[in-house]
Amino acid sequence: MEPLSSLQIFGLILYQLLPVWIGLIIIFAASIATKTKTGLYGKLFDSPIGMVGFTLVMFWVLTALFGDMIMTHDPLQQISGMKNKLPGTPTEGAETADFQWYLLGGDNLARDVFSRVVAGSRIVLKIAPLATLFAFMVGITLGLPAGYYGGKRDTFLSFLANLILAFPVILLFYLLVTPEIVETGLPKYMAAVLFLFPIIFLVVLWQSRFYTQPQKRNLFVALTVLIGGWIYLGIAWNADPIGIISMQANILIVFVAVVFVNSPTVFRIIRGLTMDIKTRDYVAAAQTRGEGPWYIMLWEILPNARGPLIVDFCLRIGYTTILLGTLGFFGLGLESESPDWGSTINAGRRLLAIYAHPALPPALSLMSLVLGLNLLADGLREQSLRD
Amino acid sequence: MGSFIFKRFGVMALTALCLTFIVFYLTNLYPNLEKLAKTQGNMRMTDEQVTSWLGNRGYSQNTFKKYGEWLGVVPSFKTVTEDGTVISRCTRAGMAPEDIPSYCGIIQANWGYSTVFKEEVWSIVTKRLGLTSWLMFAVLCVMVPMALIVGILAGMREGSRTDRTLSTFSIVTTATPEYVSGVIFIVLFASSQIGLSPLLSDWGLMSGKTLFKGSATSAMADITFANFTLPVMALALYGMGYIARMTRASMAEVMTAQYIRTARLKGVSFKNVVLKHALRNALIAPFTVIILQIPWLLTGVVIVETLFNYKGFGWALVQAAQNNDIELLLGISVIAVIVVLVTQLISDIGYVFLNPRIRVS
Repeated sequence: MEPLSSLQIFGLILYQLLPVWIGLIIIFAASIATKTKTGLYGKLFDSPIGMVGFTLVMFWVLTALFGDMIMTHDPLQQISGMKNKLPGTPTEGAETADFQWYLLGGDNLARDVFSRVVAGSRIVLKIAPLATLFAFMVGITLGLPAGYYGGKRDTFLSFLANLILAFPVILLFYLLVTPEIVETGLPKYMAAVLFLFPIIFLVVLWQSRFYTQPQKRNLFVALTVLIGGWIYLGIAWNADPIGIISMQANILIVFVAVVFVNSPTVFRIIRGLTMDIKTRDYVAAAQTRGEGPWYIMLWEILPNARGPLIVDFCLRIGYTTILLGTLGFFGLGLESESPDWGSTINAGRRLLAIYAHPALPPALSLMSLVLGLNLLADGLREQSLRD
Repeated sequence: MGSFIFKRFGVMALTALCLTFIVFYLTNLYPNLEKLAKTQGNMRMTDEQVTSWLGNRGYSQNTFKKYGEWLGVVPSFKTVTEDGTVISRCTRAGMAPEDIPSYCGIIQANWGYSTVFKEEVWSIVTKRLGLTSWLMFAVLCVMVPMALIVGILAGMREGSRTDRTLSTFSIVTTATPEYVSGVIFIVLFASSQIGLSPLLSDWGLMSGKTLFKGSATSAMADITFANFTLPVMALALYGMGYIARMTRASMAEVMTAQYIRTARLKGVSFKNVVLKHALRNALIAPFTVIILQIPWLLTGVVIVETLFNYKGFGWALVQAAQNNDIELLLGISVIAVIVVLVTQLISDIGYVFLNPRIRVS
C-alpha cells in the first residue's frame, strides 16, 4: 500500500476524531441555547477568548473520554518494521480488520504515535484535575485558619509553606519519586496525610453549618465519612474492602508529589484572600450574630473568594499538567513505556534532529491543553470582573 | 529597617537548616544508602557487605549525628583500618593521618566530597554555577526587556487590538514549558531534515548545515550565537509571559489613575504621558515579579540544561540526584535555598525603596 499524503493524514485524523467533533457540537449547542440561565458558565460564551479556551479544553476532555474509539492501535503494542517510520506509513502486516496506517508514524520502539498521544491525554486528564482539587482542599483547610486567626498558627504554617516553596521543584521530585524512596513507603504515608484533608474539610463544612440541626448534620457527616473513608482506604492504602477503588502505586506517587508541590501556593493564595475578606462588613455582621469561626470561614469568606479561586483553579490545572510533563521528561514516577506526554517527549527527544514526529505531537498536545486552560481562566476572569 | 533585615536573616538561616535537614534525611534513608554502597563499592555486594561498607564509613550512625558532622558541629566519624589508613569524611588523598582534622563541615568551609564526580563539592558547585550564570544572565537580558516592552505596549491602551494580540501572545508563552518550546525550536531551527534549515540551505542563504545547534555542549567552552540561542530562547519565552502580564496589569492600572488624566487634560502628548508619568509608577510591581522569577528560573535551568546537554548547575543536580550523591545534593540545595531567600529579601527591600508609600515595620 502507498504511504498517505499530508492531506490524507490530516483528513483521516479528523475522521478518527469524529466522536469529539459530535460531542463538541452538542455541548456548544446546548450551552449557547441555555446561556442566559447558567450564570458565569453561560457568560463564558460571550467572550471569544473564553470560548477558544473552552473548546480546546473540551476537545481534550472528549478525546480522553472517547479514547477507545479514537485510538487506531494499542498504544503499547510494538509492530515490527514500524520503528521510526514517517507519518502515514502503512502498517506492516495489518489484517483487513485492522487500521491500515500509522497516522503520525511510529516511535523508536515501533509504537503508533497517534494512539499514544490519545492514550496520554487520558493519563493527564485523569491526574491533573483531581490532583489540583486535592491541592485546593489542603490549601483551603490550612489557609483559611492561617489567614483568619493570624498569629502563631499563621507564622508556623506560612513558614512550612515557604519551606516547601524554597525547594527547587525538580530536586523535590527526585527526592520523593525515586524507587528507593518509594521502597521506604514515604510517599504512601504522605498520601495518607494529604488525602485526609478532603474528608476533614467536608466534615467541618457540614458541622459548622448544620450543628443546630443534628439530624441533618449526622446524615451528611455520616455520608462523608462513609463514602470518603471508602475512597480514602482504596486510594491511599489500597485496602478497599470491596475491591473496586484502587490506584496503581506509581500513579499514586506522582499524584502525591504533584499535590504536595501545589498545596503551598494554594495555601498562600487562600491566606491572602482570607486576610482581605475578613475585614469586610458581612464578616463583622456574622461575628456580631455570634457565628462560629469555622462557619464564617467556610460559609462567609470562602464563597466570596470563589471568583479568584475558580480562575486560579483553571490556571493550576494547566500548571499541574506542566509538572506532570516535567516528571515524565525526567523519567520519574510513571513506567518508561507509559504513553503520557512527558515520557513520550523524553523518549522522542534523543533522536529529535533526525526524527521529529515522535516528540512533536505530544509536545503540541501538552501546549494546546495548557493554552486552553489558560485562555479559559482568562475568559472567566474577564467575565467575572464585568459584573 | 535594621531589625527587619536581622529578623529576615534569622528566618533565612532557619529555613536553610530545615531544608538541608530534609534533604539530608531523605538521602540518608536506608534504600538510598544501599544504592550508594552498591554503586560506590560493588554491584553484587551481599547485605552483610553493604552493612559493613556503610558502617566503616559512618553512614549507619544516627541521622542527627551525621547531620551535625556535615554541619561541622560534631566531630567526624573515623575508622582506622588494619594498614593504618584512616577512613573519614575529612580524609583527602595525600593527607597524613595525623593532619586529618576532627571537624570538617560547612562551618569549616568543607562542603564535602562528591561520590559521582570524585571531586570537592565546592569546586563542582562553583564551576557549574559559573556556567549556569552565563545562561541565566543571557536569559535575563532577553527576557526582561522583551517582557517589559510587551507589557507596556499592551497595558498603555487597555482593550485595544495591540493589547489583545500581545496579551494572547503572553498567554501562549506561559502555556509553553521549556521542554515543549525546546523541542519545537530544535525541530524548527536545528534539524537538517525538517524545519527552516533545509529550506535556507537550499536557497543558499546559509553556509552551515543547520541554522542553530540543537546541543549547547560547545557553549561551555565558547558561547556563540548558534549554540546558545535555542536554550536561552526556550527559557526566556516561558518566563516572559508572566512578567509581561504583570507589567500589563500594573500599566493598565496606572493609566486609569487621576494624575494621568490630569496630565492628559493639561495637554501633555500621549507619548510623554506614557514615558514620563506612567512608566516609573508602572514598573514597581514588575520589579518584584522579575526578582522572584530568578529562583523559578533555576527550575527551568534544570530542564533546559538536560535537554540541550549544557553541563551546568541543573545538569549537576540531575546527576547528583540520580546517583544519590549526598554531599553534592546538599551543596546544591544550600545554593538553591540561598538563591531563593536572597531574591525574596532583595524583592522586599527593593519594593520599599521603589515605593515610598510602603514602610517596613
